[in-house]
Amino acid sequence: MTGTQTVVQRLVATFGEGPVTVSESNGAPHVTLDPRRAREILDFLRNDPECAFEMLTDLFGVDYNTKKDRFELVYLLNSLSKNMRLAVKVRLNEGEVFPTVSDIWLAADWFEREIFDMFGIRFLNHPDLRRILLDDDFEGHPLRKDFPTEGYDFDRPLVVQLEEEREGEQEGEKG
Amino acid sequence: MTINMGPQHPATHGVLRMLVELDGEVIKKSTPYIGYLHRGVEKLAEARTYLQALTLSDRLDYTNGLSNNLAYCLACEKLLGLEIPKRAQCLRVVLCELQRIAAHLLWVATHALDLGAMTVLFYAFRERETILTIVEHVTGARLTPSYIRIGGLAKDVPPDFKSMVQAFVDEFPGKIDEYETLLTKNVIWRRRTQGIAQLSAPDAISYGVTGPVLRASGVNYDVRKAYPYSSYDEFDFIVPLGTNGDVYDRYLVRLQEMRQSLRIVEQGIAKLPDGPVNAHVLDVVPPDKDEVQHDMAALIRHFKIMEEGFKPPVGEAYGAVEAPKGELGFYLISDGSSKPFRMRIRAPSFLNLASIPKMIEGQMVADVVAAIGSVDIVLGEIDR
Repeated sequence: MTGTQTVVQRLVATFGEGPVTVSESNGAPHVTLDPRRAREILDFLRNDPECAFEMLTDLFGVDYNTKKDRFELVYLLNSLSKNMRLAVKVRLNEGEVFPTVSDIWLAADWFEREIFDMFGIRFLNHPDLRRILLDDDFEGHPLRKDFPTEGYDFDRPLVVQLEEEREGEQEGEKG
Repeated sequence: MTINMGPQHPATHGVLRMLVELDGEVIKKSTPYIGYLHRGVEKLAEARTYLQALTLSDRLDYTNGLSNNLAYCLACEKLLGLEIPKRAQCLRVVLCELQRIAAHLLWVATHALDLGAMTVLFYAFRERETILTIVEHVTGARLTPSYIRIGGLAKDVPPDFKSMVQAFVDEFPGKIDEYETLLTKNVIWRRRTQGIAQLSAPDAISYGVTGPVLRASGVNYDVRKAYPYSSYDEFDFIVPLGTNGDVYDRYLVRLQEMRQSLRIVEQGIAKLPDGPVNAHVLDVVPPDKDEVQHDMAALIRHFKIMEEGFKPPVGEAYGAVEAPKGELGFYLISDGSSKPFRMRIRAPSFLNLASIPKMIEGQMVADVVAAIGSVDIVLGEIDR
C-alpha cells in the first residue's frame, strides 16, 4: 500500500466518511471534501505528523458550468518528508466564499488571488484579495467557461481615455 | 519613501514592477505587480487540440522550451496511458539537461551583469550559443522547439548528434572553471551576494519555492529524484545543496547543477539505446513523413490526427518536471473530447517570485537587484 493510500484511510478514520469522499484518476487518489469542514481537514493534512504535506504545490480552480456545484478548487499537496502527492478537491457554487488557507501555506496567498482574478471566487480572511494578472478595472473572469476565448469586445478599437477626460465628461453631464 | 521599479527596467528580467517602501536605504515593504505579459495561455489551451496546445508550452519559460514540452507531454501521456520507448526517454533527458545548462548559463550571465560583472556575460553566451546550435540542429528551432511530442519525439536526432554533444561535454568543464575564477572567490562578488536575501528552509517550503532557490536553503527536493520521470532513476547524479539560502549559495548550487547536468548528458549519450523514438500508438502519434508520401492509409491517419486530434479518456493527470527554475507542472483535465477541458500550469517562477518580498525585507535597496536576479524569474511563465 502506498503512502497516499495510508493518508486517505487515515483521513476517513479521523473525520468519518461524511466529509471525505475518495475517488481515483490515472492511479492517483483524489479526495473531495465537504466545504464546511475542508479548512479544518486541510489544516490537519498540513500539521498531522503522519500526513505532513508541507508544500502546497498548486491550487487552482476549475469551472464545470453545467453541473450543480459549479466551481471546483483543487489543492495539490506535496509531502517532502514522506515523498507523496495528494490532490484535494472542494466543490463550491457560484457566489459561495471559501476560507483562505494562506495562513497554513504562504503559497496560497498568490494562488487565491489568481483564482479570484480568473474565476471570481472570493476567499474569506484573505490578507490582500486583489486581481493579480489582469487590470484592476478588467470586467469578467476569463477562465469561466462562459467567457469567450477572444474576449467580449474583440472588434472594438482600443481607445485609451485619460483620467482628466473622463472627469471632464462627467462634469459636462452634470452641467 | 516609495520607489517604483519597473515594469521597464533591465534588472527585472522582463516586465516586472516592484513597489518598494523605504526607510532611508532599508526596505520596509515591497509589493510585486505582475501580469504585464499575460496572454491567457490556460484559456487558449481550452480552444486547441492536445497536439496544438503543445506549442503554447514553449512560450512559457522561453529559455527552456524543451523541459516545458516534456512537462506537458508527460501529463498528456499519463492521460492516454502511453509507454514511451527507451531511446526517446534517454534523448529527452539528454536534451533537457543541455537546455538546463543553457538556461543556467543565461542566468549566470545576466545575474552577474546586474551586479556589475560584465565579462561573465560574454563567456557564458559563448557556451550557450554552442548548446543552442545543437538544439537548432536537432529540432530546427533555437528557442521554441516543440520537439518533444506526445508519444515520443518529432523525429530522431541527426547522425552527428552524438559527436556534437560529445565535443561539448569534453570542453565544458573547463569553461565552468573559467566562470568560477571570475566569480567564486571574487571579493566584490562575495560582498554583494553573501548573506543577502536569505530565505530560511521552512519559509521556502511554505512559499512553495522549488528548484535551486529551495535547494540553496538546504532542502533536498528535486523532482528528478523524488518523482522520477523519463528514466531519470537510471542516471547517476547528485543534487547539490546550499546551507545559508542566500544569493551566493544560489549561485553555487546552480554552478554545481551545471556540472551534474553535464554528467547526465555524458551518461545519456554513452548508453543511448537504439530503437524507435515514438510509441506505436496509431491514433495518437502521426506517421513518418516518408510513410505519408507513399502510403494512402498513413496520409489519412496524418490528417485525422492533425485535424481532429485524439480523445483521451475522461480523467485527470499531473505531469511535473524539474525545470531549471523549479518544479514545472501541467495539470490536465479531460472531459473525453479532443481539447483539454482545463490545462493548469504550475509555474515555478510564480511562487519563487512570491517569496521575494519576504527575502528582501530589512535589506538595502541595492540588494533588490541581487535578490531578483538570484531567483531567476521568467515573466513568460509567471504571467502565462
